[in-house]
Amino acid sequence: MNLIWAFFIIISIIYSLCTGKLDSLNTEILNSTKDALDMVMKIFPVMALWLGIMNIASVSGLLKKMSNAVAPFLSKLFPELPKGHESLSFIASNIITNMFGLGNAATPFGLKAMKSLQTLNPKKDTATRSMITFLVINTSGVTIVPTTIISLRMMHGSANPTEVVLACILATSLSTIGAVFVDRYYARRDKKRDRRSI
Amino acid sequence: MIGVLSNLMIPLLVLVVIGYGIKKKVAVYDVFVDGAKESFELAFTLFPCMLGMLLGVNLLLKCGILDVIFEWTTPFFEFLHFPVQLLPMAFLRSVSGSTTLAMMNQFFAEYGPDSFIGRLASVIQGSSDTTLYVLTLYFGSIGVVKSKYALKAGLIADFMGIVASIIVVQLFFG
Repeated sequence: MNLIWAFFIIISIIYSLCTGKLDSLNTEILNSTKDALDMVMKIFPVMALWLGIMNIASVSGLLKKMSNAVAPFLSKLFPELPKGHESLSFIASNIITNMFGLGNAATPFGLKAMKSLQTLNPKKDTATRSMITFLVINTSGVTIVPTTIISLRMMHGSANPTEVVLACILATSLSTIGAVFVDRYYARRDKKRDRRSI
Repeated sequence: MIGVLSNLMIPLLVLVVIGYGIKKKVAVYDVFVDGAKESFELAFTLFPCMLGMLLGVNLLLKCGILDVIFEWTTPFFEFLHFPVQLLPMAFLRSVSGSTTLAMMNQFFAEYGPDSFIGRLASVIQGSSDTTLYVLTLYFGSIGVVKSKYALKAGLIADFMGIVASIIVVQLFFG
């Protein structure tokens, strides 16, 4: 992450210097601060809403009930999480809301899941295997109903706005399965390396 | 039908959660406010991470070097029968979701949503999430800085997603 970040910035600045586009570079650097604030401001109110709703679900025991239903499946993906741990219910809620294309609602669940996984983490600044598995599943996308895309297609007068849904499901399933395998591969390699260093 | 269903999802979810809370005699309003409070702390921890990520991504997007790279690699992708117009979108899908959404919109306007390009753009956008954003958000919120192999694994998965999208769209609509 550190290397990529530095690489992005250094190469952009050098390129701008070479092409003499320093004016736009200056505005871009300052604009980023505004963009970041905008982004946080955009997700902050929605997050507050869902964190509130979620707290009700959590206190009332609904979350626990939901997670019990998918627990057998999830415990295969996250073998080192203790049975019935609350992180499992957050992970389940995150995946379910993501499937319906409700990214705004899914994010707070995901953040709660991460927070909960962090309580099990012995090294607080380093990602655990479960965290990475969860992240990789999330980034590969699990959307079944891509709401934004359907509405955009509608707007542009598509004859059949939902015709891509099945293709999306198939593509996303393939990439998620692939993601789990990649994650497994790296996790195993990581473990071996740890053992060697001890 | 699907549009109605996803419109129903959010109100239904709220209804079920609050209904269940009442049934279990939870002080729903107090618990709601308590939960919503957490968002303050979250917003504060997230801002620096977002700033860092956007700085890198914005500079890269706006400096123009990407256009040069895409121009260089065009012959190679033409050889693979990949629609070259979609190249920037495929590459940027993991980096900036709002950029690729704008690109998709552009393709819809230009080629129509029911063209091959329109469909492939839809599937690429719909079958994946913005890896860099999710990574920043999720790890940033809990202060994890050593992400180990997460980025690598995420990007490889994204690449597989793009390949899968091309194959699937060709199978479905080709």
